[in-house]
Parts: sequence; structure tokens; C-alpha cells
Amino acid sequence: MGISRRKFLGWIGAAGISASIGKPAGASSISQFSGFPDSKGVLHDITRCVGCRSCEDSCNKINELPEPDTLFSDQTVLAKNRRTTTKAFTVVNQYISKNASEKPVFRKIQCNHCLEPACASACFVRAFTKTPNGPVTYDPDVCVGCRYCMIACPFDIPAYEYDEPLTPRVVKCTMCAPRIEAGEIPGCVSVCPTEALTFGKRKNLLSIARERIRNNPDRYIDHVYGEYEMGGTSWLYLSGVPFHEIGMREDLGIKSGPELTSGALSIVPMIVGLWPVLLTGIYGMTKRKEKNAFIEQEGAVAAAVERANHESIKKIAAAIEKERLGKKKAMEAAEKEKEKGIK
Amino acid sequence: MSGEIITGKKTVMTPFNVIAGMVVLMGLIITAIRFTKGLGAATNLSDYNPWGIWIGFDLLVGVALAAGGYVTSAAVYIFGMKKYHFAVRPAVLTGFLGYLFVVVALHYDLGRPWRLAYPFIVGWGTTSLLFEVGLCVALYLTVLFLEFSPAPLEWLGFKKTRYLAVRLTMVLTIFGVVLSTLHQSSLGALFLIAPSKLHPLWYSPYLPVFFFVSSIIAGLSMVMFEGMLSHRAFHDKMDEEHLSESDSLTLGFGKAASLVLAGYFTIKIIGVAAGNHWNLLTTPYGIWFLVEMIGFIALPCFLYAVGVRDKNLMLIRFTAAWTVLGIVINRLNISVIAFNWHLPASDRYFPHWMEIGISVFIVMLIILFYRFIVTRMPILYEHPDYKGEEQ
Ligand code: SF4
Ligand code: SF4
Ligand code: SF4
Repeated sequence: MGISRRKFLGWIGAAGISASIGKPAGASSISQFSGFPDSKGVLHDITRCVGCRSCEDSCNKINELPEPDTLFSDQTVLAKNRRTTTKAFTVVNQYISKNASEKPVFRKIQCNHCLEPACASACFVRAFTKTPNGPVTYDPDVCVGCRYCMIACPFDIPAYEYDEPLTPRVVKCTMCAPRIEAGEIPGCVSVCPTEALTFGKRKNLLSIARERIRNNPDRYIDHVYGEYEMGGTSWLYLSGVPFHEIGMREDLGIKSGPELTSGALSIVPMIVGLWPVLLTGIYGMTKRKEKNAFIEQEGAVAAAVERANHESIKKIAAAIEKERLGKKKAMEAAEKEKEKGIK
Repeated sequence: MSGEIITGKKTVMTPFNVIAGMVVLMGLIITAIRFTKGLGAATNLSDYNPWGIWIGFDLLVGVALAAGGYVTSAAVYIFGMKKYHFAVRPAVLTGFLGYLFVVVALHYDLGRPWRLAYPFIVGWGTTSLLFEVGLCVALYLTVLFLEFSPAPLEWLGFKKTRYLAVRLTMVLTIFGVVLSTLHQSSLGALFLIAPSKLHPLWYSPYLPVFFFVSSIIAGLSMVMFEGMLSHRAFHDKMDEEHLSESDSLTLGFGKAASLVLAGYFTIKIIGVAAGNHWNLLTTPYGIWFLVEMIGFIALPCFLYAVGVRDKNLMLIRFTAAWTVLGIVINRLNISVIAFNWHLPASDRYFPHWMEIGISVFIVMLIILFYRFIVTRMPILYEHPDYKGEEQ
């Protein structure tokens, strides 16, 4: 699978499919890509989260989202297993441990801003961009609404405005890209009262996370979720309970979305290059076979004709002979008659 | 469909026409709802389930079942099976209508259908398998249109243009096979990006191969199945060659289908072995997988073989219909039934009646267009002016 996108495009170009592609887009590259060096991220320390929903509240205001279904002060919805929707770019869920003595755990859900986003590689109009800053942004002005990005996202993040007849958009957390651009920190991070969310360079966040694990080995599971999952994400997680117990999939693997499809894509130029040659070859062979069959047939016909000629000549000869004999006999008979008559 | 639908002279109020009228009316009403109120009003799609039967059936099944066009023209023009020449036009016509209405149906599913050409205008998303599908389908629809064009040109009497179109046959056939190989397989490859959502028994790195091979099966079976239906409905439109050779086609295609099914079965087993998923076969999804494997791949493979050996045309035609059903089930398994299998029942998808309504409406439109065309153009018979011409 070690084919770079550029090479692949080169092949495609060579194969004549297109000549007008080629702006290298880092976000959807299928070559080895370990993230933009200084890209930002957020570390979510699940052990510190108290489920106050302040982050949901602030996200709602900053992004000018519609009124929430329940007031942000209402804690009862935490127990429901919610996901991101068109009205909420982020939600906090509560997970009760089987072990009753343990305290409930709260986890914030939002787009993980993957280093090589599956959503971006799946989009056929490149509506998503992985920006060097970290955020994965979306451009509604080009989106066709095929929703393949939603199929592709392994974290079930993007939501769709199904009730919008004319201008439906895909919606998801933007990592507050405009704020980051302006040198501010994401809204949710800025309001978190317990510092369960830390914003910074992803590199640094990884060291912070490792240090916390090292200093408090009893408090944390020895794993930074998001370091490698699906090729790595900008949003990182630390937890005190196994991740699968708090609804985070541990079976995603470390292959990024683009890597999963690069094999299939790399076959395209092969098919475009080889199929016509093979098919024309087969066609040539069939033609030849037909021709040979035809020649053979011709030969057979000629032979048959010859044989037939031969036979018919014989027949004719026999017939002539027969006729001759017949005539002779008749003449003889006639002569005899004559003789009789004369007598 | 029954024989009376084509008489038309006596009355238009045949049972078929009445049903067709009702379906079209329903389709138009749902169309109005879909485009004025949005996807949410007409579908059960959700954030967890962004694709329903408009993709699973209308796109995936539609494209697979329209494979008869490339399969038949490849058999006749590339592999030299000249005696099946009579079957090319009906197969190309169904292929053309199939793809045309796949594109029509896509307009219902896309959030902003008027941007359908955007991938090729504003953003070449070449890393997307969907881009490949879109490009190939667009090109192949053009190829099918050209392949089909001699029929309307004969009907209209444009001899010169028709001559040009006919001369392209070989090139178009090769193009058609290349494009079909690409998009049939990449429809399967669409799901490669979601290993965490598709059940492991159906998810496989070989998905593109599975989709391509099963499209050949779908194409062969569809040609036989469709031949059976149009024999019932359009018997009087068929010429000598069509009537006398179609039994031989059924035997030939039946044999081919049996062979390809055997190969398909083998590679599907290899797929399970490669992922080492044997243990999953005893789960409910595993049993459903076995139903597909045994009931809709192994069984038709066997029945086709028996039918060919005994020259039992009835059995082969029944098997063709059964295989078509198997393809429908396979495509729905991958896109809907085994997709998101890990989610709780409350988050799973079941189609809204309006979604089913649109799918039925689209199928009805294909039948009506097919009927309109075969009762007018030289599809099931050779046009007298061009009889016996080498194509
Ligand atoms: S979490 Fe999903 S939506 Fe967010 S960047 Fe990753 S793939 Fe895209
Ligand atoms: S829905 Fe829009 S953003 Fe998502 S893949 Fe399709 S075109 Fe791209
Ligand atoms: S980063 Fe911004 S958009 Fe994302 S969840 Fe936080 S506040 Fe909302």
C-alpha cells in the first residue's frame, strides 16, 4: 500500500482520466502522515470531569445553535446515552460502573479532529479540510449532501440537517477554529471549571498525559486514547476506567481512514491500464479463432464440393453409359424389327 | 405483467395500467413531499444511519442488476458468442434505463441534488471511492447511451448517424467493461472505510472483488430473468431469431452463472477464513450470513448446474429469479442490515414507507420506459433495413 497520492494521481493522469487534479491536500493524503507538527489539540481528562454541562452550554452559545432540548442545568439527561446532533456539537454522557462503590464517570463527546480524517478522505468534493492548526473544518458551500462522511466517521460524529429542504448541512464541532485563529482557546475548554479539558499543542498534550499517568498510576489506565486510534486524533483522552466501559471503541485499530481505502484506489490505474489490453487481446483471439474456423470450413466445403463433383461426374458418366447402352439396345431392337419387317 | 398490456388498442384500463397509474401518482406525491419538506419528512434516516434503501436498493442493487448490459455485450462482441447477438439490445436497453434511473433516484437521496456535478467541477475528491463511483457511472451512462443509440436512430430513420454509432461498438464495449469493473467494485469498496460499522462476516478487504464478481452473476441472471418476463409480455414483438435462440441463451448463461457462482462462493469462504471469523457463524448474524451463502449462492449454483444438465429451462429461469433476489439481499445486508449491527435496536434503521414508495416508483418508471421503447423501437427484433448486418 505504499503508494503516495502524488504517484497515484500521476497514474490517473497518465491513464487519461483527468489532467486537472493535483493540489496536494494534506488532510486526505494517503501517504504516511503523522500530523502537522504544531497542530493543536485538547486533552480530556475523564477522571476530572464532573458532568456540569458548562461545555455544552458554552458551545451552544458560541456556535449560535438552536435552543437545547433540555436546559443545560438539567443533570438528568446525562444518564441518557446521547450523541452529537444538529443541535449539539458536543454532549456529556454519564457512565455508571458495574461496581456500585465506584463513582459515576462523565465523558464529553465531540469531533476528535483526526490527524487523517476518514470524513475528509471520504468526501468527493473535499468539503473537509484538516487545517495545520488542528481543526477539521467543513465547507457547506460545496457539500452535495451524500453523507458518505457520516458513514466514514468511526466515532459517529457528523450530524445532518435532514429537515432542511434547501440548504441541509453536515454539522459537527469545529474545534472553534475561528477562535483558535484569533489566538483564543475553544469555548468548551475555556469554561471547564475542573480543568478536565486542556488546550495546547498536541505534542505537549501527549507529554502532559504521559506525565499524569506516570505520577498517578493508580488513577489512570495506562493508555492515551487518540494517540494512535484511527491514525491518531487531535482530541486525546485519559481515563480511570477501561475505555470500552465508557462507550469508547477499542477495536478501531490504528489504521487511518485513507489507509483503509488506498489499496482499492491504487488498483484503479491498473484496471484502466490493463483491462483494455487484455480485452482487445481476447477479442483478437476470438477473431482469429473465428477466422480459422472459417478457413477450415471453407476447406471442408471445397473438399465436399470436390467430392461431390467427383461423384457426380461418375454418376453422369454412368448415366451417359447407361443411356448409350440403352440407345444401343433400342437400335439393335429396332434393327431386328426392321429385319423382321423386311422378311 | 401480462400479455394484455401491450395490446393497448382495446382499452388503456388494463389492470397493469391501473396499478402503474397509482404507483406513479403516489411517486409524484412523495416527490413533492421530499423536495419541499426535506429528507427528514420522507425518510427514517438519522445521524447514525445516513444511508437507507435509497442507497442500499436504488443505488447498490440498481447498479448490480443493470450489469446485464456489459456482461452481454462483452460475451457477444469480445468473447465472440455471436449467437447471443439478439440479446444485446434488450440487455443494453435495461442497462441504460437502470443506470439512468439510478441517477434519477440519487437526486432523491442527495441533500442538495442540484450540486450533483460539483465533485467534477469544484472539488476533485480523488481520495474518495464515491468519487470513483460517480465518475464511472457518469461515463458509463454515456457509453450505454451510445451503445443504445442505434435503436432509436433506426426507429427515426437516421441511417448515417446510426452507421457511425454502430462503428463504435467495439470501442464502446471495451470502455463499458473497464468502467463497469471499476464502479461495480468500488461500490463494494465504499464500505472499506467503515470496518468498525459493518459486521465482520460481511466486511472484508475483498469487498471490491466480491462486488465485481457478483455483478457478473447479477448481470447473467438478470438477462435470463428479464428475457422470461418479456417473453410473456412482448412475445409478438420478437423476431424468429429472438424466439428460437433464447433457449440456447438460457442454457449458455445458466452454465456461466453456475460457474461464476461457484467461484464467488469460494472467494467468500476465503474472505471468512482470511478474517478468521468462523466463530461468528453461530451467532444470529452468522446464521443470516449462512442463509445468504447457502441459500442464495450455493443453492442457485447447484440449481443452475442441474438445470443445464437436464436442459430444464423452467428450473434455470426460476433460479435466475432466485439469484436476483440473492443479489438484492446481499446488497441490503452490506448497506443496511449488517451495517451498524453493533448499535442498540433503538438506533437502528428501518425504511419509512415513503422511502419504499419511491423505490417502487423508480422500478415502475423503468418498466414503463422499457415498455414504451420495446413497443416502438427495434429492440426485440432486427429492423428490416439492417437485417443480418454485421455489428
Ligand atoms: S471524528 Fe469523525 S468527523 Fe471528526 S475528524 Fe474524525 S472522522 Fe471526521
Ligand atoms: S455529505 Fe457533504 S461533506 Fe459529507 S461526504 Fe458528502 S459532499 Fe462531502
Ligand atoms: S471546540 Fe468549540 S465547537 Fe467543539 S465542542 Fe468545544 S466549544 Fe463546541
